[in-house]
Amino acid sequence: MMRLGLFHSTIRAEEKLLISSAKELGVEVKLYDIRKINLDPESFVVDFDVALERSVSTTKGRHLVRFLEGLDVPVLNSSSVATICEDKFLTAMVLHKANLRQPKFAMVFDEQHAKEVINDWGGYPVVTKPTIGSWGRLISKINDDDALEAIIDHKMVLGSPEQKAFFIQEFIEKPGRDIRAFVVGGKVIAAIYRDSTHWITNTARGGQASNCPLTDELQEICQRSSEAVGGGILAMDLFESPQGLMINEINHTMEFRNSEKPTGVSISSEIINYCIESQNVKN
Amino acid sequence: MSNTHICPTCDEEITLPEGTVAAELITCDECETMLEVVGGPDGLTLTEAPEVEEDWGE
Ligand SMILES: Nc1ncnc2c1ncn2[C@@H]1O[C@H](COP(=O)(O)OP(=O)(O)OP(=O)(O)O)[C@@H](O)[C@H]1O
Ligand SMILES: [Zn+2]
Repeated sequence: MMRLGLFHSTIRAEEKLLISSAKELGVEVKLYDIRKINLDPESFVVDFDVALERSVSTTKGRHLVRFLEGLDVPVLNSSSVATICEDKFLTAMVLHKANLRQPKFAMVFDEQHAKEVINDWGGYPVVTKPTIGSWGRLISKINDDDALEAIIDHKMVLGSPEQKAFFIQEFIEKPGRDIRAFVVGGKVIAAIYRDSTHWITNTARGGQASNCPLTDELQEICQRSSEAVGGGILAMDLFESPQGLMINEINHTMEFRNSEKPTGVSISSEIINYCIESQNVKN
Repeated sequence: MSNTHICPTCDEEITLPEGTVAAELITCDECETMLEVVGGPDGLTLTEAPEVEEDWGE
């Protein structure tokens, strides 16, 4: 029987689904609360075959994965995938290198250069967002110079060094929704539309989920994006732009509680099956 | 071991469903406070769930 080390902090609906799917698939689950274990390579006892990182804190998850990789334990997602997906600018550069369609973006370090870039793109609106962050926090849509100056000024005065780096994207006019695709081991297993009257459509912020068909175009952009960041268990956010599908970001510890019902796909079972396969590859 | 607990925020009785594990998040039906189930030597107890931190998310 395969033993899965499930590394968690608080156990949310996703972890409950993973635990019950693992039971159904005959996988023994060992629960590890990351907040309560010592990452001491001398004393840590490995009594599982594959680890799945499910920390709600990105920082704790990152340290855990690096620790387990150092002990030569198979862990999903790998630190190289996490490093890319954690950082929106790095993700954008990796997608750029792979020639994938995404919103125009740039990194600038002051107001003057922000204005130059926005001018080159043909003007407002644009979006700024922290390169590291989630759940739509601190994302701003900027419609004019006044708003841009206010935001940059605040960050210059009050922000940390990290916040004085400005990741800017063109604002994409979406049809009142965007797409979240679940990609496991390079395969698109399910996708949802997230509808919202607000331009931030995250279900974490009240967006409504419904099933999205897996078209060839969707599968192609997702498969190529998965390959570009190094595979694993990924949730991709895409926009339906006038030029076709665009990839916006890739999450490496995905939330899916609201997506199993509308898609009819057991995302948790797909994840567990992928863990089983990864273990077989490593042996 | 009893699976009936008291909400630390509003004192309402909370019955944990079968299969509840330590570190699980639940919401009090009465006051809607998010609670974390904590495992200890004497079984499970309830505390207020941790505040959201900046690095939380996907
Ligand atoms: N350039 C853009 N144009 C239009 N809408 C955008 C743009 N960037 C972000 N959004 C909207 O804001 C939402 C959140 O953006 P994004 O996914 O980049 O941030 P996040 O904080 O990482 O969220 P997540 O919880 O999905 O990880 C998107 O789902 C989308 O609806
Ligand atoms: Zn209560």
